[in-house]
Amino acid sequence: MSAQFMQYLLTGLTVGAIYALLALGFSIIFNASHVINFAQGEFVMIGGMAAVSLTAAGLPYLLAVPLAIAAAALVGLALEKFAVEPARGASVVTLIIITIGASIFLRGLAMLVWDKNLHPLKPFTGDTPIAIGGATILPQSLWVLGVTLAIVLALSWFFGRTLLGKAMLATSHNRLAAELVGINVRMVLFLSFGLSAALGAIAGILIAPITLTSYDVGVMLGLKGFAAAILGGLGSGMGAVVGGLVLGIAETMSAGYLSSAYKDAIAFVIILAVLFFMPSGLFGKRGGERV
Amino acid sequence: MKTTQAKTSIKRSLAVLAASCALFTGQAVAQEPIKVGAFLSVTGGAAFLGDPENKTLELYVEKVNAAGGVLGRKLQLVSYDSAGDAEKARTFVKRLIEQDKVDLIVGGSTTGETMAVVPLVEAAQIPFISLAGAVVIIEPVKKWVFKTPHTDRMACEKVFVDMQARKLSKIALISGAGGFDKSMRAECLKVAAKHKIEVIADETYGAGDTDMTAQLTKIKNTAGVQAVLNPGFGQGPAIVTKNYRQIGIAFPLYQSHGVASKEFINLSGAAAEGVRLPAAALLIAESLPASDPQRSVVVNYKKDYEARFKSDVSTFGGHAYDGLMLAIEAVKKAGGTDKAKVRDALEGVRGYMGTAGVVNMSATDHMGLDLTAFRMLEGKGGNWTEVK
Amino acid sequence: MLQRLASPRTGGLLALAAAIVLLPFLLSNSYFYDIAILVGLNAIVCVGLNLLIGYAGQISLGHAGFFGLGAYGSAILASRYGWPPLAAMLTTTLAVAALAFLVGRPILRLKGHYLAMATLGLGIIIFMVITTEDKFTGGPDGLSVVPFSIGEYTLRGERLWYWIVGALLLFAVWLALNLIESPAGRALRALHSSEVGAEVVGIDAARQKVMVFVISAVFASVAGSLAAHYSGFVTPGKVAFFHSIELVTMVVFGGMASTFGAVVGAAVLTTLPQLLTVFKDYEMMVFGAVMMGTMIFLPRGVVPSLGRLLELRRQGAASRSDPRT
Repeated sequence: MSAQFMQYLLTGLTVGAIYALLALGFSIIFNASHVINFAQGEFVMIGGMAAVSLTAAGLPYLLAVPLAIAAAALVGLALEKFAVEPARGASVVTLIIITIGASIFLRGLAMLVWDKNLHPLKPFTGDTPIAIGGATILPQSLWVLGVTLAIVLALSWFFGRTLLGKAMLATSHNRLAAELVGINVRMVLFLSFGLSAALGAIAGILIAPITLTSYDVGVMLGLKGFAAAILGGLGSGMGAVVGGLVLGIAETMSAGYLSSAYKDAIAFVIILAVLFFMPSGLFGKRGGERV
Repeated sequence: MKTTQAKTSIKRSLAVLAASCALFTGQAVAQEPIKVGAFLSVTGGAAFLGDPENKTLELYVEKVNAAGGVLGRKLQLVSYDSAGDAEKARTFVKRLIEQDKVDLIVGGSTTGETMAVVPLVEAAQIPFISLAGAVVIIEPVKKWVFKTPHTDRMACEKVFVDMQARKLSKIALISGAGGFDKSMRAECLKVAAKHKIEVIADETYGAGDTDMTAQLTKIKNTAGVQAVLNPGFGQGPAIVTKNYRQIGIAFPLYQSHGVASKEFINLSGAAAEGVRLPAAALLIAESLPASDPQRSVVVNYKKDYEARFKSDVSTFGGHAYDGLMLAIEAVKKAGGTDKAKVRDALEGVRGYMGTAGVVNMSATDHMGLDLTAFRMLEGKGGNWTEVK
Repeated sequence: MLQRLASPRTGGLLALAAAIVLLPFLLSNSYFYDIAILVGLNAIVCVGLNLLIGYAGQISLGHAGFFGLGAYGSAILASRYGWPPLAAMLTTTLAVAALAFLVGRPILRLKGHYLAMATLGLGIIIFMVITTEDKFTGGPDGLSVVPFSIGEYTLRGERLWYWIVGALLLFAVWLALNLIESPAGRALRALHSSEVGAEVVGIDAARQKVMVFVISAVFASVAGSLAAHYSGFVTPGKVAFFHSIELVTMVVFGGMASTFGAVVGAAVLTTLPQLLTVFKDYEMMVFGAVMMGTMIFLPRGVVPSLGRLLELRRQGAASRSDPRT
């Protein structure tokens, strides 16, 4: 029984870590621009697919991974420049449609650049399961957990200690005030898309060896990432991480103990229940509506 | 207002298209081309079905035309991407029948799309060869509807027969949430008792799920399970296979004909070792003995496809090949494209050797395949080998 | 022309009626009728959804769920239990209205993206129940539906359905326009510009929002029921998240807070996939680009943006004005 619980927990943590990386991407862009980027899942796809095709072309991981991340970041920057920037000031729902349009466009593009097949990626360090307390975990899952932790630490350093990070944070609190103290708000917006695309790509490369990758792998992951970001509270880094892990663990626990057919539905019921009592998510900013 | 403009512009472009086609073929063949309509899930969740099907149809329409066409008439393919959406499929079939005025239809990658258009083709009285799996398509028999792939019920039976031979009687099912998965799961549950198989665990996973260890752990801890069957296609079964090895389940794993491709082994890697599944002979084309009557058909198709598209063949493309060839045979036998005659000719097909097996249609069987068409394969050394 | 469509009520209604009456002269076969019927059914959903999004200012990314409940409710009651279709439809509609009323209050307390998430979640839960409970719903492969009949009389054929859907669309538009012009409608618009402000002047914001939510759910449910009977088949595809997005896109594309915009949006986005088939492999890219492009360059939607452009031109203002300002 406890070995079973352990297995569910380890699986939930791995799945949750990926959701957390996606949720962080949502939050970073939301903070800078108040845009929910529904194309976030496509960065996961681009990262994974680019890594697959680069390694297939014979590049070593040390080269292929940074290049794949850079490719996704470039797409992120282009998205900001050509789709979000020109629509500044549009309503929430208009921006949602723009980013969904972008995600359809990117998927169509990926279908042409690559193909419609599933692709495997070689695990970073072997495929031999590691036993922990009667449960097993793949070495790649440890990579997922480790890299996610490292990214969370790096981000909190970045936003807490560096000038650029603080500028981005300031912009999220009050765009006008940030502009007044000389922060280049447009630059912050631009960079936030690059950063969040890079995060998505890292997630995509990390899970490709476990789950395979294809041109449409981003759709469901994007939705789950959004759900995690909302559950944690939009714009909160802490919230994104907790939201992701809670969602991942809730899913695997429901699959294990309740019903695997309804595990996603159960996850959404949990989110709805949380929102009924905490309308801004677990760690979201409270506060009134601007009149 | 916009709509009407759009519509007249469709009409105009279609007219131009038709005119240019007429110009092309005008001198060589005075007769009209034979119009083959197709609607396939070229994109979307079932793209791994529709994509090879579409490629196969394009390839062979070209080849047949290069060899002089059928009855001296060229084939003309009109193909739409229904993206796995039944509503789209319905509209496109209406378009094929009313607007493009095709002579027959080959298509319908998924059961949902096929079933959604059945009332239309029955009402329009046009021969339709479906490429989807479920048994509901041909049971009860529908006058104008035929199909080329094996049914999911046959796949279940093939697997159960093999399990019986290995003295495995208590099994677990783990299936995806898609139409293929659920339909096969239901059929397996129906015929299990007949083969003295007892299903004692029944788990599911969702579309786009990245990890199935939770479900598999539950199965592993269910007392008495002797084998696991995974009806499903796409990404899911590969992840199931990998997770299966990860948590160290020792009893045999069976996959379905939904992942019958070389690709599945590439995706699952070493985990595919020892996995069994029912599949058509196409997958082991080259290792068939020279005496096997199916050998030349499958080897040729495989060669043609792989030379043209530089990717591995799948049995799904094979279904489209069979569909097109059956249609051509029926048109030849009917001596033209008279719809009722073509239908009768289809129903009268006997002993046709296709990639799926020998086809013997009849008034009560609009698929014409039997269990011998399936072979039981096992993953060995990075390839599929036949279990004798 | 479009400007006249966009503003006065009766003019707009007459124009729509004229369009519905004249359109059949251009529909040369039942394929075109089929498209027109799909446009009409989508337009009915969009007119309702537009009340919620455009006038009350609330997002819903889950309306395909209501559409789906309508479709499956009718399908299951009429086809599996042999109910008369009309009774099945009315019962389903009432049930959907009750559900929308029950979940409406807690959900509509949420704002902006949280509301988007909650409605999306609701849609996904409905989708999962429908795909999982295959004993009733037929699962992912769908369910055949009996034709719509009243007593002995069965409704068959595209031409008949065209007139039924056309009449219902006209009725839906008339209903929506009346609602907007009523005191309740004015309260709604006040809500859109400032919820707190509206409450200060004594509008029960929560009640108004729930009311519009229920109305929009009912429009979607009725359209869903009709769609199921018309096409004779339902699959979960019409309940899926992407269909919700399509519906919202139709509303925003045509123009938020413009009832006729919703109709135009439904017309354009329903016919678009039929036109895009010429792009073959590029179809998906072009569709995404069209979605992005219109929202970037016409963020207010086609009808209001063009209406404004025409108005400016008529006033003799600068002829090359930016439609975005």
